Amino acid sequence: MGLKLKQSYHHSVTVKVNEQMGTKRGYTFIQANRAWLPKFLLLWVMVMAFLSTWIYKKMDADNKVRRKEVLSSMCDQRARMLQDQFSVSVNHVHALAILVSTFHYYKDPSAIDQETFAEYTARTAFERPLLSGVAYAERVKHSEREKFERQHGWTIKTMKREPSPIRDEYAPVIFSQETVSYIESLDMMSGEEDQENILRARATGKAVLTSPFRLLGSHHLGVVLTFPVYKSKLPPKPTVEERIEATAGYLGGAFDVESLVENLLGQLAGNQAILVNVYDVTNSSDHLIMYGHQNQDGDLALLHESKLDFGDPFRKHQMICRYHQKAPTSWTALTTAFLFFVICLLVGYILYGAAIHIVKVEDDFHGMQELMVRAEAADVAKSQFLATVSHEIRTPMNGILGMLALLLDTDLSSTQRDYAQTAQVCGKALITLINEVLDRAKIEAGKLELETVPFDLRSILDDVLSLFSEKSRNKGLELAVFVSDKVPEMVMGDPGRFRQIITNLVGNSVKFTERGHIFVKVHVAENPKPIDDAKAESCLDGGSDEAALISGGRQFNTLSGYEAADERNSWDSFQLLVTAEALQNDASEKMTVADEASRSVTLMVSVEDTGIGIPLIAQDRVFTPFMQADSSTSRNYGGTGIGLSITKCLVELMGGHISFISRPQVGSTFSFTTVFGRLKKASRSDMKKSNAEDLPSGFRGLKAIVVDGKPVRAAVTRYHLKRLGMLVEIANNVKIAASACGKNGSSCGSKIQPDIVLVEKDSWLSGEYSCLSLRMLDRKQNGDLFKLPNMILLATNITNAELEKAKAAGFADTTIMKPLRASMVAACLQQVLETGKSQPGKGMPNGSSVLGSLLCGKRILVVDDNMVNRRVAAGALKKFGAAVECAASGKAALKLLQLPHSFDACFMDIQMPEMDGFEATRRIRMLESQANEEMNGDTEKGSGRKDEWHLPILAMTADVIHATYDECLKCGMDGYVSKPFEEENLYQAVAKFFKTKPISDS
Amino acid sequence: MLGLAADRLRADMNRLLAFLFHQGILDEQFLQLQQLQDESSPNFVSEVVNIYFHESEKLLRSLRSLLMDREFSDYNRMGIHLNQFMGSSSSIGANRIRNVCVAFRAASEQNNRAGCLRALEVLEHEYCFLKNKLHELFQIQQQRVLAAGVRYPMQN
Repeated sequence: MGLKLKQSYHHSVTVKVNEQMGTKRGYTFIQANRAWLPKFLLLWVMVMAFLSTWIYKKMDADNKVRRKEVLSSMCDQRARMLQDQFSVSVNHVHALAILVSTFHYYKDPSAIDQETFAEYTARTAFERPLLSGVAYAERVKHSEREKFERQHGWTIKTMKREPSPIRDEYAPVIFSQETVSYIESLDMMSGEEDQENILRARATGKAVLTSPFRLLGSHHLGVVLTFPVYKSKLPPKPTVEERIEATAGYLGGAFDVESLVENLLGQLAGNQAILVNVYDVTNSSDHLIMYGHQNQDGDLALLHESKLDFGDPFRKHQMICRYHQKAPTSWTALTTAFLFFVICLLVGYILYGAAIHIVKVEDDFHGMQELMVRAEAADVAKSQFLATVSHEIRTPMNGILGMLALLLDTDLSSTQRDYAQTAQVCGKALITLINEVLDRAKIEAGKLELETVPFDLRSILDDVLSLFSEKSRNKGLELAVFVSDKVPEMVMGDPGRFRQIITNLVGNSVKFTERGHIFVKVHVAENPKPIDDAKAESCLDGGSDEAALISGGRQFNTLSGYEAADERNSWDSFQLLVTAEALQNDASEKMTVADEASRSVTLMVSVEDTGIGIPLIAQDRVFTPFMQADSSTSRNYGGTGIGLSITKCLVELMGGHISFISRPQVGSTFSFTTVFGRLKKASRSDMKKSNAEDLPSGFRGLKAIVVDGKPVRAAVTRYHLKRLGMLVEIANNVKIAASACGKNGSSCGSKIQPDIVLVEKDSWLSGEYSCLSLRMLDRKQNGDLFKLPNMILLATNITNAELEKAKAAGFADTTIMKPLRASMVAACLQQVLETGKSQPGKGMPNGSSVLGSLLCGKRILVVDDNMVNRRVAAGALKKFGAAVECAASGKAALKLLQLPHSFDACFMDIQMPEMDGFEATRRIRMLESQANEEMNGDTEKGSGRKDEWHLPILAMTADVIHATYDECLKCGMDGYVSKPFEEENLYQAVAKFFKTKPISDS
Repeated sequence: MLGLAADRLRADMNRLLAFLFHQGILDEQFLQLQQLQDESSPNFVSEVVNIYFHESEKLLRSLRSLLMDREFSDYNRMGIHLNQFMGSSSSIGANRIRNVCVAFRAASEQNNRAGCLRALEVLEHEYCFLKNKLHELFQIQQQRVLAAGVRYPMQN
């Protein structure tokens, strides 16, 4: 069975695990796309590579455009400058031509000769920086040649410095600048380019240029500029013939283009960067180079052409510029793109890394979660397993213990008995341990359920204390319980578990306490504060002064006088609590009404001891299972350390919480709160009888004086006596008690006349003589007028010698041993009072004599299936003089009660097998009614022996609930008595029937 | 000498009774029972208690047999037995046994077999204890009767 159970647990556990997994797996976006992460990274890198290439391209293109612009602007600038300079020179030559025509031809005689010309030109050479030199050639017709040669004294020579052959015309140089004096007398017409130039110039009347050729004298490339000079003024619009006719000579100058351009470029910035070529492009198919090398290295990819206009419409020129070097690779663009790429790569990688990390962490998290769920499940399974196993162990253990108990009942030799007893003790220890483990496991597995039944808290506390009374007495500890009056008599809750908590705490306290006291205190948690404060002074000025005198200095105001860990339990606050409650009870009924209204009551229970305390370091793990203060604890004191953790669990299950204050070597105070339900008022009175421990009511109204120097202890004693319905006064010492008695004696009961004086052993010992004197005083004062109060000693433990002494001092035989319990006190008091009563003493109220007179001579039938009950009932009734017969069942009773019979009353048990009390009563009533009908017929004729048959039937029942009572009446019973017969109860029930009857009979 | 012995016996008996009350094993019903004992029925208490033992042992046996029947426990009959047990226990004032019976009955009403077994174990234990103690008490009483000659017990 166990295996099957375990399997099902396991099954449920796995199911749970799955469920939890299902609900907890919330996938994030990253988690969902984890497979794509590397691809994302790759894509990212590619996109970024593409992007950076694009950036590079764009920047490169920009660079090129800028380069081109720079080139073109440079080129244009150079071209313009060249052109300007050129035109300035041309203009000057033009001016020279006009000068020559003015001063050579219009003046007669000529104002210019070679010398003048040379000097003038030399001095104005700065105006013509581009011209290497100027010269003037005169137009000489062949017919005029001889005359001309004669006039000048030289012959006309060709360019090759030979005498010129015969031609139609000649153009010998007559004036020349010094720089070109070597061409004087040379015929310009003999040079091919010059001739062409001359012809074109005189036809157009403008400056004309030759194509570039190597100049005479220097080997530079150059062009020759030629201007016509006219002898006479030309008409406004001259024809070509007119021009040729008017031509007198030609002024020419040689442009040394190469040095010219070089000079020019030298003046400009960025000269080195670019390469300039100047071409004559008159013939578009064959470009003639004017400047620069034809096949020079340079950036062939990029060039810029600029048009040059040198003022000769016939000739076209062009300037071409290109960079010397190829465009440098643009490092800026390259590095920018590269850095961009690298950064993006890094960013991508970081993102990727982060994503991978997230995925990993999430995976780990899920793993952990799974493990946690498993661990929790395993924990639950463990608890369940423990619960099952402990349960399974307990069953045979019970058998073993039972058998041992039976074995102990048989005749055993002393050795055998010893062995068996040892076995039993061990077995009990084991089963306690198993129970504890089981409880713990049950709580952990959440299987522990609390019941809600009405119970009497006070009697449970009494029970628990009685369990430990033996141990505490052996150790000499004071063990006491105090329940405040405000705590309702019956509460709804789980008495078993409450008992367990108290037992645990008190057990611990007893275990760890060697001297002093253990004090259990219960009060309602919500204390009305204002009342506390208000009454604080008023109650302190009473008897506490003496108390302080007596116990002052060395002692603390606690139960036993030892210091307690929690000062709140000392007398001051305790007294406040008690008096406040008392006053409150007196004063405000409203308050209690309000209390009734609330459904539940929160109780504050504290267990105080003066034991070894809990070491400070261990205080925070006191409630952890299997933790004791330290390992030596278990060696010294035993135990598993599971108790407190169970207690904590139980307290929490009951809706409270537990805490403690502990001071090493001073003691510990555990306090916990718990919530109990209140009983409804209506049901309370019914329940009270059945469930509560019945305290005898015989002491109600008795007066007692408690003599105790320690106020807390006195309060505890008073609490117990109050429960018995006694009126209690507290005296701090014997003297006060004695004087109280004395006063009362003399003033004849103005205050209370004590029936009992309870003296605490300590107080008695400390004030022994005064005690004696008390006795004497009593004797003297009272004489025979008043009965002596019974003196009873209260003691935790007492030696025989002390007992003897006490007896001598006039105490009763019975010493009330602590811890006090109401029922035990009652029993002891009863014993004492009875011994007192055997002397003259007044009888008990409604004493047996009255009952005896009621019942004397009556025949009574007792019907009960329980032989013991039958016997006891019979005994009780016999004692009051009744003649009793018994019947073991309803049927037997019916037989005995066949009419006519001579019984005066019948006590009927309700719960009987076969025929229960109700049924039996119904049948008896049926028989009676039949008989009565018959009798009624008879009574008409003759006088009846009796009025009619009606046997008083009283129900005997253990649980007197209202419903049961109703049912009793319904089936024809006349009343009920609760099962263990109590005289008063019996009297009340019986009196109804017999009181009147004897009178009427007599 | 006889008087001394009687005193000792009486002290013994008082101590034993006090112990039983302290422990809550007996309650004042037992005192009531003792009061019922007089000249007309000198052995009333021991008579009743013996009946009680006899009945109780029967009840305990049947309770155990009912519980040991693993397949089927007749909780109804158990309840009846327990009621009887409770009744007789409260009659003689065996308070602790009565309390255990209450718990036992509660367990049986809930058909809580484990609880029943536990309660039965406690019950048997309590019963044995009570029996031993009461036997002891009666022994002392008998000795007192012997020692005191004509005096009846509890007539101090």
